[in-house]
Amino acid sequence: MTEPLHRALGLTDDEYDRIVETLGREPNRNELAMYGVMWSEHCSYKSSKVYLRTLPTEGSRVLVGPGQDAGVVDVGDGLAVAFKMESHSHPSAIEPYQGAATGIGGIVRDIISMGARPIALMDPLYFGPLTQERNRWLLEGVVAGIGGYGNCIGVPTVGGEVRFAEPHSLNPTINVMCVGIAPADRLVTSSRRVHENSIMVLFGASTGRDGIGGVSVLASRTLEEGSEESRPSVQIGDPFAGKLLIEASLELAERDLLEGLQDLGGAGFTCATSESAARARMGAELNLDVVPLREPNLEVFEILTSESQERMLAIVEPSKVDEVLAVCAKWGLATAVLGRMVAGDGLRITMGGQVVAEVPARSLADEGPVYERAVAEPEGLAALHEDDPTFATVTADPREAFLAVLGSPNVASMRSVWEQYDYLVQGGTVLGPGGDAALVRIEGTMKTIALSTDAKGRFGSLDPYLGAAHAVAEAARNVAMTGATPLAITNCLNFGNPERPEVMWQFAESIRGMGDACRALDTPVTGGNVSFYNESGHSAIWPTPTIGMLGLLEDHRLAVRTAFPPARSVYLLGETSPELGGSEFAETVLGKVSGRPPALDLDRERALHRLVAEAAREDLLSSAHDCGDGGLAVALAESAIAGGTGFAFSLPGDVPWYVTLFSESASRAVVSITPENAAAFEALAAEHGVPCTRIGETGGPRMVFDTLFEVGVAEATAVHEGTIPKLLAG
Amino acid sequence: MSGPRVGVVTFPGSLDDRDALRAIGSMGGQGVALWHAERDLRDVDAIILPGGFSYGDYLRCGAIARFAPIMEEIVRFADAGGPVVGICNGFQILCEAGLLPGALIRNRSLRFICRVVDVRVETSLSPLTDGLVAGEVLQIPVKHGEGQFVAGAEDLARVEGDGLVVFRYCAPDGTVDDAHNVNGAANAIAGVRNDSGNVVGLMPHPEHAVDPDVGPTGGQPLLASLLSRALARV
Repeated sequence: MTEPLHRALGLTDDEYDRIVETLGREPNRNELAMYGVMWSEHCSYKSSKVYLRTLPTEGSRVLVGPGQDAGVVDVGDGLAVAFKMESHSHPSAIEPYQGAATGIGGIVRDIISMGARPIALMDPLYFGPLTQERNRWLLEGVVAGIGGYGNCIGVPTVGGEVRFAEPHSLNPTINVMCVGIAPADRLVTSSRRVHENSIMVLFGASTGRDGIGGVSVLASRTLEEGSEESRPSVQIGDPFAGKLLIEASLELAERDLLEGLQDLGGAGFTCATSESAARARMGAELNLDVVPLREPNLEVFEILTSESQERMLAIVEPSKVDEVLAVCAKWGLATAVLGRMVAGDGLRITMGGQVVAEVPARSLADEGPVYERAVAEPEGLAALHEDDPTFATVTADPREAFLAVLGSPNVASMRSVWEQYDYLVQGGTVLGPGGDAALVRIEGTMKTIALSTDAKGRFGSLDPYLGAAHAVAEAARNVAMTGATPLAITNCLNFGNPERPEVMWQFAESIRGMGDACRALDTPVTGGNVSFYNESGHSAIWPTPTIGMLGLLEDHRLAVRTAFPPARSVYLLGETSPELGGSEFAETVLGKVSGRPPALDLDRERALHRLVAEAAREDLLSSAHDCGDGGLAVALAESAIAGGTGFAFSLPGDVPWYVTLFSESASRAVVSITPENAAAFEALAAEHGVPCTRIGETGGPRMVFDTLFEVGVAEATAVHEGTIPKLLAG
Repeated sequence: MSGPRVGVVTFPGSLDDRDALRAIGSMGGQGVALWHAERDLRDVDAIILPGGFSYGDYLRCGAIARFAPIMEEIVRFADAGGPVVGICNGFQILCEAGLLPGALIRNRSLRFICRVVDVRVETSLSPLTDGLVAGEVLQIPVKHGEGQFVAGAEDLARVEGDGLVVFRYCAPDGTVDDAHNVNGAANAIAGVRNDSGNVVGLMPHPEHAVDPDVGPTGGQPLLASLLSRALARV
């Protein structure tokens, strides 16, 4: 017996009944294909919506919150920053180069859809261990794809992170964030008035058979054996066309020729037209005969759902259509006048004189199913919590443990990855990859935006609430370390199959943690993306809510860097507790991913950020670096490596060395200060209620850990820089 | 605005055109945007072909851009002794157009490389190195996937023999060795000039090395040299 068409398209029987009810008739196969993609998990957020609603989304600086192509934040002086994060994990698992490349293309189009010029990209990536050949192939392909597209469109890739864990072997997690800038009054948002009879103009690449059903076949199902057969659902990128699309779109926005602008990404034509109509509270009449096709004889449903890249849809007042077509022609882009906006709610699509689909636009875009799926705490968590590495017997040699942690793939330098990205183009990169956060100056101003992307998968695997809250805190802390003030987040929520109650519990807990942290740190959620079904068999990825934090530094000359200069006093800010649960030390040295993640006091966290921001404004800091993976030892070593100078560090006597060095207690940082500024800084720390301990001084060619051990800066650098190239060489 | 007029050509796919215009402006010149499809050089005193991926570099780097209408005018401008600089993709275009010897192929590592490198000035006889001393070392970033300079044995001998090498990749102390040859270029060549000394191409990006707030400043003396050459023509 053959499977009914709606099931092959990813719709359940209940969902099919609902479509029949909406239309008052059976849908034809084109309409069914449209519902199939729009009601997919990827497009409809049907499993996540009830939770996403609980997130804090408002703030005095938020100009555009969730629900549009990107969130937008006011950075003052009439300037707006648009930013958004997305995943392209499933396509990348199947075809890493094109999967990653088209991920860049898609997120960049989201930013230009707001009328903003893309000025930065960040790529947080999570793979399985590089000891496996397939994971090396995935990493090499993904990185080459990011470079291949990003470098070619002239948007600098200024940071990101790369982490490794076995649960990401079958399902790598490929996220990308794009950030853009626009004068606030020139933003192309859905608050623009769209008029009846306004014209829909399609511009950019022609439509082909690539990426059919990308959102439903790939993004909304788990990847199983033989998933290579899904390769035709992976889109193919053309960065040159992408670059022309950026310039043409921005020229249209700058010349104020647009009522609306939308990219054709997931669910292609169907999504762009139905969302444009639904947002305008209107219907639309469209003629597919004019769509430029890559090959003859595309079926109607293929045109409607193709995810061919580098296409945009503009909504244009009739008197401005000629000018719009001329701008596109200047940039060598094909155009097609598709149709017009009409009163009502109907999306009526014709081809060859026949109506091929006629459905209510809002039923596709806004009125998809919403599920409150079952949740259940996974079994075995309690046992993991019991096995707390903080109380394990540690027999390791301290020096060997230090070098093992410093050289572990999750701590090691990713230079060999980020040197494949152009992080300089556009000339605004004040701090590129490798620091706590990237800093990008806004052209023609002193204002500098600070960017960090963070996930805490290991913590999340043990406690998804704390994992998500720590991810927000760490992202904000990274931004704060540069002297910037954290403003708002976007996110990409990467999880397994939401139909499994354990996964849904992880999701619910993560959202709760993210919401609490964002409220406490006053960094509202401006949007994001949910990526479910990242599992194969019953092996899901770690719950990985990736946070993309945006911060602002009013003057780039105040930027604080990671590197130690010589002859400075070193201070530890914050308090260290015996918290080795979920730590890098526990995994690398003890072979354990267990225990509970460190506690997180969000008031302390915020006090630390404020202290560093104020100290930066008063120019008291010679360097600042947060304590994250690998704890205090790694923070000290990274500052020393970046500065090419050693330090002498005195350990407190009454605490085991591995707690002092490797505990991952939250809300801590290492700063260095000139002797002249020490008193002023100590007073400032006291004022902010941040514990501040002088732990040593910088200088010399060696890192001296009290009487415990010493490591030359050169040796530590070789270990830190050498790990990834060595692993990639196989 | 005053100062010499330096044209920066935008091809479809040019990326560092805005950066070059900004750098020229910050050094006291007037950046003048030139469009590939036009033939008007807008009365400029010098021309920069900027970095990027003209036409996507889909055929061969620079192979299509050399046929752009404006290139005919640029060839004429160069033949008349006008200073012309090709940076990265612009270098590739000048090689494709036959204005400079040699060719640029994929990096030895087969990977794109973005890195601040040291380059040694080899001659003061170029529009970028007027007034500089051979042996001087400058810090300038490179960012390219296809920057390995190659030439046939005869051509390479001529390039070396006639003193057409303008820049070489080197160690911070100026030593040229394999470890610092970032892309595996023949004889570590980073930039060359033409016989008459008015056309120069280089892989490093001087326009990304003028602002101390965002990186090294090794590009400053090079662009200052270009501006003085341009000024001499005003």
